[in-house]
Amino acid sequence: MMPLWEVFIRSRNGLAHKHVGSVHAADATMALHAARDVYTRRGEGLSLWVVPSNAIVASDPADRDVLFEPTASKIYRHPTFYEIPDDVGHM
Amino acid sequence: MAITSIRFDETPRILRLLSLADDCLILGHRTSEWTGRAPTLEEELALANIALDLIGQARSLYQATGLDEDSLAYLRDPPQFRNALIAELPNGDFAFTIARLFLVSAASDLTWRAAASSDDPDVAAIAAKAEKEIAYHVRYAAEWLIRLGDGTEESHRRAQEAIDTLWPYTGEITDDRVAWSAIVDPILTRATLTRPVDGWMQSGGRSGRHTEHLGRLLAEMQILPRSYPGATW
Repeated sequence: MMPLWEVFIRSRNGLAHKHVGSVHAADATMALHAARDVYTRRGEGLSLWVVPSNAIVASDPADRDVLFEPTASKIYRHPTFYEIPDDVGHM
Repeated sequence: MAITSIRFDETPRILRLLSLADDCLILGHRTSEWTGRAPTLEEELALANIALDLIGQARSLYQATGLDEDSLAYLRDPPQFRNALIAELPNGDFAFTIARLFLVSAASDLTWRAAASSDDPDVAAIAAKAEKEIAYHVRYAAEWLIRLGDGTEESHRRAQEAIDTLWPYTGEITDDRVAWSAIVDPILTRATLTRPVDGWMQSGGRSGRHTEHLGRLLAEMQILPRSYPGATW
């Protein structure tokens, strides 16, 4: 089986590349071609990244509580406590 | 009830458009035959995309003739088709499909680039769009050919066999063999494939003399509109 690559697409200028899926390909050039052919058939993108899937370091699902649960009680981190003056308009 | 083939005045302009359009339609149809059979999902979509590009180019060119595009595709017999013989050859294995796509796309690339400055405004407009599509076909097929040729012993053998078999059919796909060779030769070298000697060349497609393969291709492609005239879905 050929190596797996993760595919990221930037859809418009100013936006970040977003993960859209993966492709199998023998090398980087072929992975870009495959990503183009599989994921940009309907005008989805202006830029493509492919990354070897085995280059991605993932968090351990067993660490979920340790890593992420404590944030649930820290509502002050959300910017919803601030009054925005009307003069500012849309931020 | 079967529908009989159309008759039309084969003016020089129409013949020129048909030889371009029929290359696109017939190679597009052949390429579409991989749908459901390609070795991986990635190649399935890549080949389907290419087939759709080619069929789209054919449609634009048929429309430029001023005749009915469906009639031109579905209601002509083999001698009325003007495609190069190389387009109608059966797909063979993946190496043959890739090698043919590369050799033909390299020629189409030149054709479209020249057509972009054509006196015929319809052709120039179609060329502006088609040129980008074909540039990708060349790149896709070239990268695969390099990997097949410079891959395993078996992939090299199959790629070389494909190039050898196809070579005598490359005489009628371009008028500028020097420019064509400038695209093809470096890729063959990188693919560690041997360029065959230019010898006797097959011809006849441009004047409607085809291999036995075109009749079978058209039978499959045309059966529905000929059996159920005006069918819609």
